[in-house]
Amino acid sequence: MTHRSSRVLRVGALSRVEGEGALHLRLHDGRVTRTELQIYEPPRFFEAFLRGRAYTEPPDITSRVCGICPVAYQLSACRAVEDACGVEVGGQLAALRRLLYCGEWIESQILHIHLLHAPDFLGYASAVDMARTRRADVERGLRIKQAGNAILELLGGRAIHPVNVRIGGFHRVPTRAELRPLREQLARARDDAWATVRWVAGFDFPDAGADHALLALIEPGRYAIEGGIPAVMAAPHAHGLPGDTDEPLPLRQFPVHAFTEEVTERQVPYSTALQATLDGERYLTGSLARYALSGRWLSPVALQAAREAGLGDPLSGAVCRNPFRSIVVRAVEALYAIDEALRIIDAYRPPPRPYVEVFPRADTGHGATEAPRGLLYHRYALDADGTVTDALLIPPTAQNQGAIEEDLRRLVQRRLDHEDDPVTDTELTALCERGIRNHDPCISCSAHFLDLTVDRS
Amino acid sequence: MPATARATRPTLAVFKLASCDGCQLTLLDCEDELLELAGRIEIRHFLEASSAVGSGPYDLALVEGSVTTPEDERRVHEIRAAARHLVTIGACATAGGIQALRNFADVEEYRATVYARPEYIATLATSTPVSAHVPVDFELRGCPIDRGQLLEVITAFLVGRKPDIPDHSVCFACKRRGTVCVTVAHGTPCLGPVTHAGCGAICPAYGRGCYGCFGPSATTNLPALIPLLRRDGMDEPTLRRALRTYNATAFAALEARSQEQEERPS
Ligand code: SF4
Ligand code: SF4
Repeated sequence: MTHRSSRVLRVGALSRVEGEGALHLRLHDGRVTRTELQIYEPPRFFEAFLRGRAYTEPPDITSRVCGICPVAYQLSACRAVEDACGVEVGGQLAALRRLLYCGEWIESQILHIHLLHAPDFLGYASAVDMARTRRADVERGLRIKQAGNAILELLGGRAIHPVNVRIGGFHRVPTRAELRPLREQLARARDDAWATVRWVAGFDFPDAGADHALLALIEPGRYAIEGGIPAVMAAPHAHGLPGDTDEPLPLRQFPVHAFTEEVTERQVPYSTALQATLDGERYLTGSLARYALSGRWLSPVALQAAREAGLGDPLSGAVCRNPFRSIVVRAVEALYAIDEALRIIDAYRPPPRPYVEVFPRADTGHGATEAPRGLLYHRYALDADGTVTDALLIPPTAQNQGAIEEDLRRLVQRRLDHEDDPVTDTELTALCERGIRNHDPCISCSAHFLDLTVDRS
Repeated sequence: MPATARATRPTLAVFKLASCDGCQLTLLDCEDELLELAGRIEIRHFLEASSAVGSGPYDLALVEGSVTTPEDERRVHEIRAAARHLVTIGACATAGGIQALRNFADVEEYRATVYARPEYIATLATSTPVSAHVPVDFELRGCPIDRGQLLEVITAFLVGRKPDIPDHSVCFACKRRGTVCVTVAHGTPCLGPVTHAGCGAICPAYGRGCYGCFGPSATTNLPALIPLLRRDGMDEPTLRRALRTYNATAFAALEARSQEQEERPS
């Protein structure tokens, strides 16, 4: 590396993520001494203005936190409010919720894979550039994404901020005949998604290991999406293992209502997004965590795809700790979501009513679901007439921030350790951007630039 | 394509202020049209989609999000200076968005509710639309915007004509869609009569009343609707909340106007 006494660099803007942020690197004597992922999120104050709203409103309102995963917000909100009111939604209504969520998983994971992340591996600035030489790959992505959007549009009314979700269920449920046209589109998307798994499995993956605890919901028997119990797989270092180990490690579970006893959010001076820790330590939520904790419950098609893609055998507890390979896990999850959507459609019998009646009561409710980027937790306190008196939202990106910073520190350090091959700032920026995109962070409540600041002393 | 032909393609830029990304995502959701569009225009700045960032001037700049920080207040001027045409996309950029609820509250209290160390947070006391800061050539409504309308606006600006975006209310779209009126048939409170069309009247088709995500339409008669909403079970606080959510400032301005009309001696 270049030895200059002190140096500050501002390079580029973080692109191909939802929202914009900044990264501050401090290098000293060839060591990375500080990595700060700065999220210059103009605060939008959702938790503040949810106070005083009716208990029926959080699903529609909180969907506006994120245009990329509105269903995750809607369904976490529904679960939390229903929990406060002592209602559990089951049967075909629950199946329809899962179907809607599958639509979002397909749309969002494929958006990330084909339009935002794949260009990193193949050396393009964007999917549009990539389309000049690899049009078929881009078109295939758009087709799969369209199938996900078709579910959202049919069941939710529209793909972004669907209107059909309400506390207790839906405003209107589809007939069997209405769902049928989705079948053909999804069946084709399933073939396309297989092709995508194979495509991304062939990319070049730098060596990297994520030495974090992994947090995801689990629902023994099936891959957790719209609910489950929080479970944690310990960090390898806690067992004296290296960060890139693919050993499954013991799990520990805790109830959703204990979430804020386990996960602590703190504010750091350089970012408007809060940072969460679990038992005082950084941790990772999202595709890698879900795959490690729930992989064995993938459908046969998705299990097969995971094995073929080199992710090991989920049935014997395979774990993938290389963040660069998250693109492969996402592809497997997209394939699973398509398969699951087809299963739900085939088994669908319209419920007698589109929703169950939910009457308010004075209590606090907790809800967590698996957004494509990871666990999303909501908590609401209601008074007796259903007015929200307090609200708390803990999005995946806030939880992943500490883990992302640590991954970047390792990546940069590994690169700096190549003494004979000095690293340029352009190269560092590209590396950090890739490191960040591996986690598909949704800083969408944020704006502004990723200025990479490198302090060298 | 030869470089000269490419150089003559009109240039597009997409910018984001305080928002959820949903309106710019609408562009990436145009799966059938995206690649064709990208062949006809040069997407020169679109951080969500591309890491190649080109400087202005841009033929068309789409701006998502509202102005909520001193930095963004400065940035809208820069964007305006770099854009031949500036179009705002969505309720945030056009009416301040849901984050404009702070305009009716004490932002200091908001800040302290959400942050343990409020002093680290730089924010303005208001969330304002882009047009409050710089001249805007066209405002596209919706939270989120409609895909078809977005394509219409981009195409129109690129060929230099006025976009064909009707100003009427959701009611018209319901009639066109053949949806039975939820208010008449079920007594469901619905903001459709005062809400700008554009979504295709989705909510009534799904059995719920419109909640106004496209903001007020051009010719609205709010005073006539209010008694109907009351009849259908909306009490005063519920009505207020319904009008003050996704397009809070636009509906509040409408409320103030209708108040004036009511008070004016006839
Ligand atoms: S108008 Fe609605 S959809 Fe568009 S950016 Fe704002 S919150 Fe998101
Ligand atoms: S009917 Fe009203 S609330 Fe529903 S999508 Fe259309 S404009 Fe938005």
